Amino acid sequence: METSMEIKDNQLLSIKEFPYIITWREDRCKRCGRCLSVCPNGSIVATPKLVRVVESEGPIPKPMVKAKVVHVIEQVRDIEKYCTGCAMCEIVCPNEAIEPIYNPQNRFYHYMNKGGEPYRRGGRRNDPSPSTLDRIKFIRISMLTDPALDAGRHEFRIRTYIGRLLQPENLPLTTEDGLLVPNPDAFILPVREIFPVMIGSMSVGALSPPMWEGLAMGVAYLNEVEGIPIVMCTGEGGVPPRLLRSRYIKYFVLQIASGYFGWDEIIHSIPHMVEDPAAIEIKYGQGAKPGDGGLLMAQKVIKLIAKIRGVPEGVDLASPPTHQTKYSIEEAVAKMIQSMYMAFGFRVPVYPKISGTKTATAVLNNLIRNPYAAALAIDGEDGATGAAYNVSLDKMGHPIASNVRDCYLELVKHGKQNELPIIAGGGVGKKGHLAANVAALIMLGASAVQVSKYIMQVTAGCLGDEFGRCNICNTGRCPKGIATQDPKLYRRLDSEKVAERLVEVIRACEMELKKIFAPMGRSTELPIGMSDGIGIDDKDMAERLKISYVC
Amino acid sequence: MCRLVAITSNEYVSPLENILALETMKEGHDGSGMGLVMKDLGGVFKDLKDYPMLSGIASKNGLAVLDDFMKKMGFKLIHEWSPRIREVKGIRKRDHYFARIYEYPEVFSEKTKEEKENLLLETRVALRKIGQEDENLIVFSFYPDVLIIKEVGDPIQLCEFFNLENEDIKAKIIFAQGRQNTNYAINLYACHPFFIQGYSTMTNGENTAFVPIKEFMMSRGFVGYLGYESDSEVFTHILHYTVKKLGFPLQYYKDVITPLKDREMKERKDRYALELIKRSLRFLVIDGPNCVIGFTPDGTCFMVQDSKKLRPGVVGGIPGKYCLTSEVCGLDRIVPKRDISMDIYPMKYEMVIVPYGAEKVLVWNQLKGEFVNGNQYGN
Repeated sequence: METSMEIKDNQLLSIKEFPYIITWREDRCKRCGRCLSVCPNGSIVATPKLVRVVESEGPIPKPMVKAKVVHVIEQVRDIEKYCTGCAMCEIVCPNEAIEPIYNPQNRFYHYMNKGGEPYRRGGRRNDPSPSTLDRIKFIRISMLTDPALDAGRHEFRIRTYIGRLLQPENLPLTTEDGLLVPNPDAFILPVREIFPVMIGSMSVGALSPPMWEGLAMGVAYLNEVEGIPIVMCTGEGGVPPRLLRSRYIKYFVLQIASGYFGWDEIIHSIPHMVEDPAAIEIKYGQGAKPGDGGLLMAQKVIKLIAKIRGVPEGVDLASPPTHQTKYSIEEAVAKMIQSMYMAFGFRVPVYPKISGTKTATAVLNNLIRNPYAAALAIDGEDGATGAAYNVSLDKMGHPIASNVRDCYLELVKHGKQNELPIIAGGGVGKKGHLAANVAALIMLGASAVQVSKYIMQVTAGCLGDEFGRCNICNTGRCPKGIATQDPKLYRRLDSEKVAERLVEVIRACEMELKKIFAPMGRSTELPIGMSDGIGIDDKDMAERLKISYVC
Repeated sequence: MCRLVAITSNEYVSPLENILALETMKEGHDGSGMGLVMKDLGGVFKDLKDYPMLSGIASKNGLAVLDDFMKKMGFKLIHEWSPRIREVKGIRKRDHYFARIYEYPEVFSEKTKEEKENLLLETRVALRKIGQEDENLIVFSFYPDVLIIKEVGDPIQLCEFFNLENEDIKAKIIFAQGRQNTNYAINLYACHPFFIQGYSTMTNGENTAFVPIKEFMMSRGFVGYLGYESDSEVFTHILHYTVKKLGFPLQYYKDVITPLKDREMKERKDRYALELIKRSLRFLVIDGPNCVIGFTPDGTCFMVQDSKKLRPGVVGGIPGKYCLTSEVCGLDRIVPKRDISMDIYPMKYEMVIVPYGAEKVLVWNQLKGEFVNGNQYGN
């Protein structure tokens, strides 16, 4: 029997394969075209259709079949023009006529490797299940055996350190007239006292000018007006020269990564800098793409970015997976750490950052023996904001909870839990519980916590989620103007609003941290490693993390 | 919350005084344990001050194990004291309560004080480990001129049980604690005061930072930092670590456990040292509500409060006899005839220090970084 389908139809994808399906209501649409102009991926088109209609005119019913041309909004079935689910169409529609609906049956990943090119995207690990951090509860509440503290009334000190802290036995102190005095000749490595939540590394280039500027303004305001000493990492991509030479640079952690982008400008600025940066982060890995280098697509390498990074315009900037000078951890990493110390006159703490990995304790053990390493930053599998291969985002990396716990307990074994701070990141705030996730990581053993994509979501309304929504940061077509260098897009973002939101979010986070620490009776020092304070409703997880199983 | 009574005197006093003071604060302890630490002993021990004394409890088997072990180590028993136990309803009698005085092994006769102290500590730790499994042997201290008695029960009943009113047991410094069990199991090792190498403390309140402090102390690589059946034992070890291991003057104990805020350090001459201490010893900060009373090997007694002053504590007395207690009724019981206007209630910045001999009281003001004579401090 002859089939009605032709061979070419057989190759077409059904709408059911797509991650988001557009629902459009003809009766509400006034054909203004706003949705079409805002769609970042060309996923919808306005098209005429010939339809069969039955109409009756006149006082006596007289149905007649007619062919009529109508104008509709239609979803494109080209997999490259898939609907990202960003819902910008719904935001701009004046009549609520259009919206994308998530399609759980989709087979998007089956088809997103056209031309033999694996699917690359931005965003985060697409796993909407709650992370281990979100399952941790704070279980040790002081009430009757001893009074709880009052988050509103008592004074709290929510601060931590980055820097190599001296072991108490090695403090260069002597007693004179009954008072301790430091040995004036002793050299002490630099240490910074900061708020334990750090804004993670997002580069100039990856972020749009108003986004980066907004965060930077918020950070400066928090430090200078609110008295919350928060620091922000620049990511790999340099720093705007004016900021480098300003006094505000002290609130920034400069990142150096395998592409060394921006470092020509930084090195040349050192003689002109009026303040030291907060710290230097050497990136060896990140949660978005463990084992892979940074990537800034050509679309985002505009004139300004090219200048800051010291590269030609309009080329893909792919950082190598590893530092080309890295021969071994014992030797090359130690040298790099020392070189960076030397560049800033041994006044700035320098620490490496790795992606979450089973080998984290091995790295840690090496850093324990390197007397200059100022911390170890670990970015867990749920961490991401960058452009990466989907397989790296979804499948590579190590969850942060057990990684941090293992590292902390390893430090305890060596008695170095205060000497070498662990900075943890990756999935913090995934479900919106920033302070709770931060506190959980601290009680597992982290000294500080890095958070990035949550900050983008809360300060600028980043649309991405763990259902693959949006996730096109890599393309330069960010519909919110956050991760783009296209002025038409980034003009949508108000840097003042970003700064304002950052201040609100961090102030709220500080209050929530107090609300967690107060009933647990902790106020003057961070409860680092206070593992008796937390529990989890899974026996295996409890055993793995060496915390209480509660149910 | 536990009740605490410490007496420091220039004359020998009986532990009965502490126990009667505890009785006045009866509503504050639940009979889950009493500990007595006596230093600078008189009575039957008056002439044996230079020899190490092992305080503990043993079963019949435990005693045999103890004898074997001490013989093997080369310690020679020269004196043994045991209380004449009277059966008291509700108190479980164990086989042997003892204070045994030994002579150092011959090979140690020429060794330094430090080496001798380490030997005593290692021996006590080894005995503790031997006895741990079946509780055949419990040892509280092994140190010259220090006697420790602990048992589960009400202080007055324990006094009768140990027949203390008829024993010739006296000391110049006596610490006693009536325990109110809060968070941890009822266990003799959890009973205050705690002791290590001449340093002792007792505390009321909860140590909310217990686990990180415990892990920090245990990772110092020092054999004596173990146990921790009670969250308060770390206070003793922090004292020992601060003064003996790090060599800090005693008043810096306050700066270790309750450091000043950065803005408060400005007045201190030693602020740079304080900053370094605050960073490097941040794991030893006590965050919970606590009043700590302690003594050091030279017989100095002190009281400090947590950084919010959430616990009661008072120091008062007359030259020659001072008392450091958690409640003023305890002080009234011990030194009733004193000028109460001179009582000192240490607040969050103060550390009250009574030097050996109990002739005077000094108050260390943490904020100003200076000592003030206690007689300028009365209310």
